[in-house]
Amino acid sequence: MAARGERAAGAAPAGRPRRLRLRAWLAEHRDAAAGSLRRLAREPLSSLMTLAVIGIALALPAGLHVLLANAQAVTGGWRGEARISLFLERGVDPARARALRRELAARPGVRAVELVTPEQALAEFRRLSGFGEALDALDENPLPATLVVTPAASDPEALVALAARLRALPEVEAAQLDLEWVRRLHAILALARRGVAVVAALLAAAVLLVVGNTIRLEIQNRREEIVVAKLIGATDGFIRRPFLYSGLWHGLLGAALAWLLVEGALALLAGPAARLAELYASAWRPAGLGAAASLALLAGGAALGLAGAWLAVARHLREIEPA
Amino acid sequence: MIEFHAVSKRYPGGKEALRGVSFRLGHGEMAFLTGHSGAGKSTLLKLIACLERPTAGQVLVDGLNVGRLPRRRIPQLRRRIGVVFQDHRLLADRTVFDNVALPLHVAGHRGPEVGRRVRAALDQVGLLGKERAYPVTLSGGEQQRVGIARAVVNRPPLLLADEPTGNLDPELSREIMALFARFNQVGVTVLIATHDIALVEAMGRRRLVLREGRLVEGAAEAA
Repeated sequence: MAARGERAAGAAPAGRPRRLRLRAWLAEHRDAAAGSLRRLAREPLSSLMTLAVIGIALALPAGLHVLLANAQAVTGGWRGEARISLFLERGVDPARARALRRELAARPGVRAVELVTPEQALAEFRRLSGFGEALDALDENPLPATLVVTPAASDPEALVALAARLRALPEVEAAQLDLEWVRRLHAILALARRGVAVVAALLAAAVLLVVGNTIRLEIQNRREEIVVAKLIGATDGFIRRPFLYSGLWHGLLGAALAWLLVEGALALLAGPAARLAELYASAWRPAGLGAAASLALLAGGAALGLAGAWLAVARHLREIEPA
Repeated sequence: MIEFHAVSKRYPGGKEALRGVSFRLGHGEMAFLTGHSGAGKSTLLKLIACLERPTAGQVLVDGLNVGRLPRRRIPQLRRRIGVVFQDHRLLADRTVFDNVALPLHVAGHRGPEVGRRVRAALDQVGLLGKERAYPVTLSGGEQQRVGIARAVVNRPPLLLADEPTGNLDPELSREIMALFARFNQVGVTVLIATHDIALVEAMGRRRLVLREGRLVEGAAEAA
């Protein structure tokens, strides 16, 4: 049959060289991707609403992540750096305090010791507290001299033992190990991290369902087209492809929207946050998502969109058969 | 081209649509499938295009056992069969051109070749000027001819038609049938299901007659 020879040459993929087949395959994907994008643009309002839902769902965990990263950056200065403050007895004179500082600095297990004289302590207190006038009313300096010990070790048990030894010194009235505070802070941050992970997982599931449902509706709307395509010999892959790309676009554009939301919110917060940091004489400035997290957000959104579309396609495309 | 060996088809409800149907349709042959509605015409066509599977017996299309064809190989079969429907099944949101181009896209064709072949198919059915039109703006006969152009654009060796003139007046019906005869002249095997006995007799081709699922006439006339 004359018609068959030509058909075989043109249509049978196995008969074409690999390079041409690859090109045809790429062209099919490009067409499907562009077609899905056009379809998305054809109904801008409903597309935008779906994308907004996805964007907000992704922006929440992304925003919390940024918040947490900043909290860790702020508290990072204290990470593992426990300090032991030794408040000296009132009767210890300055010369003895200086000698003690040298003694302690020479001890094993101590990295550094800083002496804060009562005068220095008072000056700092006056500067930071704003109670200057109230202090003027006092007859004498109520603050003791303080030795701030920076331990070399960082494991809690060694620190506790060191604190106990230092507390036993006759010149020391009280020793305060602010390790507890560091531990609690780290525990709180760990809890917050876990919380963000849980929220992220829940919202990822929400995105999966939103995209899945969107694609399910799209499949229903294009039922007739799917039937006709199957009748004229479309493969499952050909029919599936535009829907998978649609899911991918939804996820990717939703993630881009989430990125804008997070960066926009950070831009709004940057001014006040910088002022707050200034008041604390801190060099810290709020950080944005950064390249790695931005990429992860976009890739995660795209992956979720694709997975959601796959769920819908796996469930609903098989049901549609020509009859 | 088509061989039925003792083919029966029973639907899940228990209705027996075909009972022990055997016949052979040679390459390049053109035949009509007639019978009352419900006699099994549509079922027989569906078995050929693998839209249904036989309950018993063998259906061979170009040597391929269609009843046992794995799902993933069905598309290859359907690309070799052009199907024309009574309700033509055109996509309303696409132009005539895009409707006719669909089988080519499905088979992986791209580029200028698509336009050339679509126009050739539209030319064959006399609708060359209508490629930018949408199906709803066309008359019933024109829509049917677009459906035929879509069925032949991929140059399939086998053309099936299920009541292609069902909604058309006698004049248009004759035109459509003449179109099928032209495709048959260039070597395409054609099988048309219709209940328009007068038209079938006027065409003077082989007739396969179904009655209550049995082939009562035309089984022996192998080409």
